[in-house]
Amino acid sequence: MSERETQSEAAEPRSAEPRSAEPRSAEPRSAEPRSVEIPELCLVVLIGVSGSGKSTFAAQHFAPTEILSSDVCRGWVSDDQNDQSATKDAFDVLHYVAATRLRRGRLTVVDATNVQVESRRSLVKLAREHDVLPVAIVLDLPLKVCKARTAARTDRHFGGHVVAQQRSQLRRNIRGLKREGFRRVISLRSEAEVAALTLERRPLWNDKRALSGPFDIIGDIHGCRSELESMLDALGWQRAMGPNGPTASHPDGRTLVFLGDLVDRGPDSPGVLRWVMNLVADGVALCVPGNHEMKLKKWLDGRNVKLTHGLAETVEQLAEASDDEKAAIERFIRERVSHYVLDGGRLVVAHAGLTQRLQGRASSRVRQFALYGETTGETDDFGLPVRYDWAKNYRGGAMVVYGHTPVPEPVWVNNTICLDTGCVFGGALTALRYPERELVQVPAEREHYAPVRPLVVEPTIEDRQGPVLDYADVAGRQVVETRYGRTITLPADHAAAALEVMSRFALDPRWLIYLPPTMSPSATSQREGLLEHPDEAFGYFRAQKVATVICQEKHMGSRAVVVIARSPAAAAARFGVPEGPRGVVYTRTGRAFFRDGALEAAFLERLGDAVTSAGLWQTLETDWLCLDCELMPWSLKAESLLKSQYAAVGSAALAGLDAAVSALEAAAARTGETDAAALRDRFTARRDHIGRYVDAYRAYCWRAESVDDLKLAPFHLLAAEGRTFFDRDHRWHMETLATLCAADEGLLRATPHRVVDLADEAAVAAAVEWWQARTADGGEGMVIKPLEWLARKGSRLVQPALKCRGRDYLRIIYGPEYLEPEHLSRLRSRGLKRKRSLAEREFLLGLEGLERFAAGEPLYRVHQCVFGVMALEAEPVDPRL
Amino acid sequence: MLFTLTSTRPPATDLGFVLAKHPARTQRFALSFGAAHVFYPEASPERCTAALLMDVDPVALVRGGRRAPDGKPLAPYVNNRPYVLSSHFSTALSRVFGSALNGTVRHRPELADEIQPLEATLDPVAVRGGARLVRDLFEPLGYAVEITRHPLDPAFPEWGEGPCHRVVLRAETTVTTLLRHLYVLVPVLDDDKHYWVGDAEVQKLLAKGDDWLPEHPMRDAITHRYLARQRSLTRRALALMDDGPPVVDDQASDAAEEQIERPVRLDDARRHAVLEVLDAVGATSVIDLGCGEGKLLRVLLRKARFARIFGVDVSPVALERAAERLKLAELTPRQRARIDIVQGSLTYRDARFAGFEAACAIEVIEHMEPDRLDAFARVVFEAARPPVVIVTTPNVEYNALFGLAEGQRRHADHRFEWTRAEFEGWARAVAARFGYSVEFRGVGAEDATRGAPTQMGVFRR
Repeated sequence: MSERETQSEAAEPRSAEPRSAEPRSAEPRSAEPRSVEIPELCLVVLIGVSGSGKSTFAAQHFAPTEILSSDVCRGWVSDDQNDQSATKDAFDVLHYVAATRLRRGRLTVVDATNVQVESRRSLVKLAREHDVLPVAIVLDLPLKVCKARTAARTDRHFGGHVVAQQRSQLRRNIRGLKREGFRRVISLRSEAEVAALTLERRPLWNDKRALSGPFDIIGDIHGCRSELESMLDALGWQRAMGPNGPTASHPDGRTLVFLGDLVDRGPDSPGVLRWVMNLVADGVALCVPGNHEMKLKKWLDGRNVKLTHGLAETVEQLAEASDDEKAAIERFIRERVSHYVLDGGRLVVAHAGLTQRLQGRASSRVRQFALYGETTGETDDFGLPVRYDWAKNYRGGAMVVYGHTPVPEPVWVNNTICLDTGCVFGGALTALRYPERELVQVPAEREHYAPVRPLVVEPTIEDRQGPVLDYADVAGRQVVETRYGRTITLPADHAAAALEVMSRFALDPRWLIYLPPTMSPSATSQREGLLEHPDEAFGYFRAQKVATVICQEKHMGSRAVVVIARSPAAAAARFGVPEGPRGVVYTRTGRAFFRDGALEAAFLERLGDAVTSAGLWQTLETDWLCLDCELMPWSLKAESLLKSQYAAVGSAALAGLDAAVSALEAAAARTGETDAAALRDRFTARRDHIGRYVDAYRAYCWRAESVDDLKLAPFHLLAAEGRTFFDRDHRWHMETLATLCAADEGLLRATPHRVVDLADEAAVAAAVEWWQARTADGGEGMVIKPLEWLARKGSRLVQPALKCRGRDYLRIIYGPEYLEPEHLSRLRSRGLKRKRSLAEREFLLGLEGLERFAAGEPLYRVHQCVFGVMALEAEPVDPRL
Repeated sequence: MLFTLTSTRPPATDLGFVLAKHPARTQRFALSFGAAHVFYPEASPERCTAALLMDVDPVALVRGGRRAPDGKPLAPYVNNRPYVLSSHFSTALSRVFGSALNGTVRHRPELADEIQPLEATLDPVAVRGGARLVRDLFEPLGYAVEITRHPLDPAFPEWGEGPCHRVVLRAETTVTTLLRHLYVLVPVLDDDKHYWVGDAEVQKLLAKGDDWLPEHPMRDAITHRYLARQRSLTRRALALMDDGPPVVDDQASDAAEEQIERPVRLDDARRHAVLEVLDAVGATSVIDLGCGEGKLLRVLLRKARFARIFGVDVSPVALERAAERLKLAELTPRQRARIDIVQGSLTYRDARFAGFEAACAIEVIEHMEPDRLDAFARVVFEAARPPVVIVTTPNVEYNALFGLAEGQRRHADHRFEWTRAEFEGWARAVAARFGYSVEFRGVGAEDATRGAPTQMGVFRR
């Protein structure tokens, strides 16, 4: 271990440990009540011979689930807790469970004799691997007590010599426990001491989850005192001169957070230190250390350090400082904690950032990472360490704000942001307001220090979003949390099915920000000759206490999601795709809608122009829009389906029924038999069904060769830059989209709709008539939605939409002859529960994905939602619903 | 949906005795999938026509629970089953005209073997294979065949004709022989059996076809289709007829690609070329990206020098087949430890892909949309970074030599097929971007101007 690591490990956490806990203390112990602190997250290793009372001790101080007993593990693997041949397997199990618990951040107690150095070594290693502190509790009771207890037990069959042997092993090396790596050793020498002990769990020093800000987080200052003062002004802090020097307060009770590297290179490092030390002392600021502070501390400690990388300037500026001042600085640096976890775990600050698995942990590795980042061990042409870009692969839930590496502009990368914008090199001082996510910058007054190497080139958007999506982002059972109070679980086999669809057929995931949900039909109608009728839909919403609904015509096309940007450059910038297309049109399963790229481009051009002339870029303050639409004709996408399924069935049915009817006519005429005549009539009726079926699918077919043959009917304005529109009711969507449609009536079609007050019987009856009129000549039907996007009854979400389909249209869904009474009566038994549950879950995932995208969340977070909708689509459900 | 049988041997109404159905009555026969009706549109001494009308219940069909094909989720509900003659027809034949089918005529036994002029009409049959197949099946049996096709939709003449055919067969033969032919051949034309096909079908086929099928020139194809394209059943049936060789499937796209490329046994040549490269670089651990059903994995598994073999495919179905083909469940523990196959996607970075000495992507990239190739390159060359990567893809310049038309691709799922210049341009750019070198070679018989049928790029880091 390097010198630095040893030193830093010793520095954190630095609680004043009660001296009496030291094992080398040979004073006789009193049985006074004694309270000892242990970290909230640590690996507790009980050490003691058989019969020393470890299990009893553990049961008194820890929850049963926290205790891993080697005896119990031995029993698990062999059915015999005394089977020494099972020891190795038992410890494998114990280590596995311990490792899993520590990975999950749970305090864990190992209840085994642990009298041998080797057995303890593997546990210390385990703790280090998981960046938690190992704590030893030694039950060093008199031999005769242990022997007596062991002898009294009926479930242990070994003699006193085993206990004596264990004790001699224990005594041999008990003094070296700290050297072995235990950060805390609690030694108990008598039954009285054991009884007098209480353990108190203390949060780690980095655990400030209880602080929720709001915070003003300031990047690397490097001695730029004047810029710091300007920044405090810009952030609304009121500066004052206190008894101990400059200080400040904020009228809104905000808290400052300094990300380290306060010193070196710049003109007034002592001045910056004074500011920060005072603010921290006043309790209005937090500060994590930077690598430059650590080096300064070495110099202050009188150690031999090279005065490079700007330390010389600081040293020079400290020439006049008194020993007291220097001691105060040294103490300030020594007391800094490597990183803080803030705001309930939602925010992490560290000088060089911190990867997810190290957050809220304590080890020398944590400190190394927080101070220096992750380096490859190589140095670049400028003699500076080459860094791994940990942020690229960051998948943690907490926002990480850091500095350390100067960048030209702060850029969000997977919910992390670097605020070091090279103020000392003539860049700017940057602050982030949290939780507002607002950036505030103060330009450098001048170039205080010549940069060693050019500032890192600006990351491409590709870099910001991570290299590519990761299998781990989508594989296996997934749990997606939505902001709507519902967590959605995706089973592993559905995810596997979605992975195939996504990989083989779907568009580039960077474009796929939304997939539309499935929609349930209204409950089955019991009216004669009908399977669906609006009454059931209205009845449902009434029962859900929805006052007003909107009825929208169900267009006879295909669902299409359209992303359209102001320009190809705007699309590339926002979606991170190569520059080229101005947007994209895709189906409800995420496939490219058009096979013909030229047609798609022409279509997007026309649509983009319409958005421009409708003035939506300005009114919505955006460079892009995401629209939920229906694109007609259906035959554009489904021509092969129409030919190979619908027309093929129609052609076969007409051929067969024509032949049957003429043969039956001949037979009936010849014999005059009533059976033949009845059969003739029935088959003639069947033939009529086929005629109406053919009419129904023909309504979906028209030739589409150029843009002029297409019609787009947008019905949801889903999202634009920085926001979604789920807080607006459907009337707003209809009105806004109507202005868009008016801009190009050749291409766009406003959705006919009516708003219905469910308490108004006449309005409801008129809506039913409206449906009847629209479906009488083969229309597809209508969709009924609560006027508000998110309607709830209690905590339950109301179905966001129900479809009520036309009588003839349903022939192409339920079969050409479904209306035959004998068929219809059987088709009425259809269950909607699963469909509705799917519709609800897919709807929420769709909204969540768009919210994430609009808020600038990383691609993988958006993709999880889109992938989720696709995975849910793998759930088997009656396709006729 | 309608089958008619006409006799013109006076007195033609004797047909009623042969079929055991009275010409003056309309009769209904209940069947598991609906009903069949028998009646006589005409019945004079000169000409008598019996009709068998299929009355298939579409709702009952659905309850049988057939799986919908990909892309046609509504196929179980909107389909031609109620309207065409299919295996339902054969079931109805044996139920309704069972005695005639077996050659027994109870009241007039002398009519059973009588050869007479007969005319059968099938209206319609859905023929997978077109009019040619109808003639190939029936003309060798002595029928004059008349075929009428129906348009797909008269409103859209550009859609052409539908798959339905009205077929009229004329021959001098016995009723029994004709019915036995139809019993076997209607389901063969239709090629979509409505019930599970098992061993019992072999017996039925032999019973109905014993006196004509073994000599039929299309015997193998008839057997294969009749037995629902199950190779093992086909083999067994043919073996029972004699020792003829089994036939191959003629439908699936994979098979079609094999067919196109067969003259050069390209698939084998590719694997051979990959092995050569793996040998030359001395790789002992190999990841097969897009392993499909595991053809390359099987070859690697046979060579002991490959200590770690890892197959990845995005299709769970392909992986299941690979596990069967590789007999993973039967491998000895030592063998099993060498190989694993997992689901994974080549456009998602994956920690499991790292640490192999060589990666192969054999005939894989052309199955991806061109705009996903960037993600593929990053997953393989940036994240996994094996020292050696072998990529093969078709050389489209060679397609003409396979007899493919301009623009016609070798496989229905190919999103593109590249010229040598296109592939090499892509490969060189990828190599330069991720710090690899790349060499190219052809696989298969090289043509002087068009190159080899498959092109291979070998990347080294």
